[in-house]
Amino acid sequence: MIPVAFDYVRATSADEAIAALAEHGDEAKLMAGGHSLLPMMKLRLAYPSVVVDIGRLDDLSYVNDAGDYLAIGALTKHRMIETSDLVKEHAPLLAHATGQVGDPQVRHRGTIGGSLVHADTAADHPSALLALGGSVMVKGPNGEREIAGTDLFAGFLESSLEPTEMVTEVRIPKHTGAGWSFQKFNRRAQDWAIVGASIQQVEGGARVALVNMHPTPTRSAAVEEAISGGGGAAAAEQAHVGMEPSSDLNASVEFRQHLARVLVGRGLNEAGI
Amino acid sequence: MEISVEVNGVTHSSDVEPRTLLVHYVREAVGLTGTNIGCDTSSCGACTLHVNGEAVKSCTMLAVQADGQSVTTIEGLAPSDDEMHPMQTAFMECHALQCGYCTPGMVMASVSLLDENPSPTEAEVREGLEGNLCRCTGYHNIVKAVLSASGGGK
Ligand SMILES: Cc1cc2nc3c(=O)[nH]c(=O)nc-3n(C[C@H](O)[C@H](O)[C@H](O)COP(=O)(O)OP(=O)(O)OC[C@H]3O[C@@H](n4cnc5c(N)ncnc54)[C@H](O)[C@@H]3O)c2cc1C
Ligand code: FES
Ligand code: FES
Repeated sequence: MIPVAFDYVRATSADEAIAALAEHGDEAKLMAGGHSLLPMMKLRLAYPSVVVDIGRLDDLSYVNDAGDYLAIGALTKHRMIETSDLVKEHAPLLAHATGQVGDPQVRHRGTIGGSLVHADTAADHPSALLALGGSVMVKGPNGEREIAGTDLFAGFLESSLEPTEMVTEVRIPKHTGAGWSFQKFNRRAQDWAIVGASIQQVEGGARVALVNMHPTPTRSAAVEEAISGGGGAAAAEQAHVGMEPSSDLNASVEFRQHLARVLVGRGLNEAGI
Repeated sequence: MEISVEVNGVTHSSDVEPRTLLVHYVREAVGLTGTNIGCDTSSCGACTLHVNGEAVKSCTMLAVQADGQSVTTIEGLAPSDDEMHPMQTAFMECHALQCGYCTPGMVMASVSLLDENPSPTEAEVREGLEGNLCRCTGYHNIVKAVLSASGGGK
């Protein structure tokens, strides 16, 4: 399978990439690791006429301690996040979830920025971002803005970025020493979650974000409220509430609802909630 | 587009269409057919080679993304014509191949695995090779070979 022919532009800076997006409009797509975009282009589900390669922007590949949060460059590869001592110490949920993405080959190429903007409800990073209360820094022709994780996922495979914007940094508030759990149910080791859950203990409760339970990556208000109300692990019984999972070859709606309750239950136990 | 890629230590310059996949470039433009195509959908790992020393699936990378980078294929692993790479020897000694179709990808993934984790447990080997499928289902001996190459599991 070969993608539809396209023009290739290799950006040497974020500004150059944004200028290329502004010039070509809807016809253009950024390519970071290419591990979501290229498979879609090969299946001809995506056919940009211009591909703007941002994969060489090494200045956007970093994990830095920024005081009360970790600053992670958008082009940081999964492998670097999974093995980063800073991430393991201050956001172990993110380090662990990243280690569960695909397989080592995928983690050598895929980036956190690409994962988040791809906005796949079945992906692991979006749920970790939501559970950790993170945000992304976005740059466009009119300057920079910050988008909270809760505002980032606009629809099925759709982020709230403008077509001329790019993510430059991901910000993850530190959760040093707090309880957490990442649950992922799949049939083959390298696959996406059939259902998953990211759970992060916070003062007075927890943030609970579900994978593949709704058209977008979503936090479970029902579970979070039950936990704040003193519900403890029984809060997991609410995990299907307010979610609209799809039914596919892997699982029916009912099975997904069941999995959500079971996985959140295990996760709350593991996180000590 | 004009690209220049170091493949197994030799620099190749070619004019490729941007949509050329790295695996097609290596097999057709460079002429090294040791790297196989299995699924063509990033699932099986048959096309695994190294870019700058790290295992990647070359069906999910464009040749233009490898421009200026260093690529190692199964043909470039052995130190010389009459000496195999220790991982190749381990695969041979442990009977870690049946039809051999997955083998180039398995070996390349295994070398990358030991680079990152020189003394893995059996479970870590199994997890580290999660991106490689063997349609002959010969996983047991493949895992044995990787453990043997790491100096463990004897
Ligand atoms: C075999 C396989 C298995 C996988 N398994 C999993 C899994 O289990 N869990 C999981 O979560 N993911 C999985 N993935 C997806 C993987 O994590 C991808 O790497 C990731 O989703 C996309 O990152 P990328 O850098 O490759 O993005 P790309 O494919 O380059 O881009 C994806 C999208 O984001 C846009 N984009 C990229 N970077 C930016 C940026 N900085 N700013 C704005 N827009 C940007 C692109 O235009 C494109 O629309 C798998 C992929 C493969 C091939
Ligand atoms: S051919 Fe590339 S992963 Fe199967
Ligand atoms: S040996 Fe036949 S596919 Fe693995």
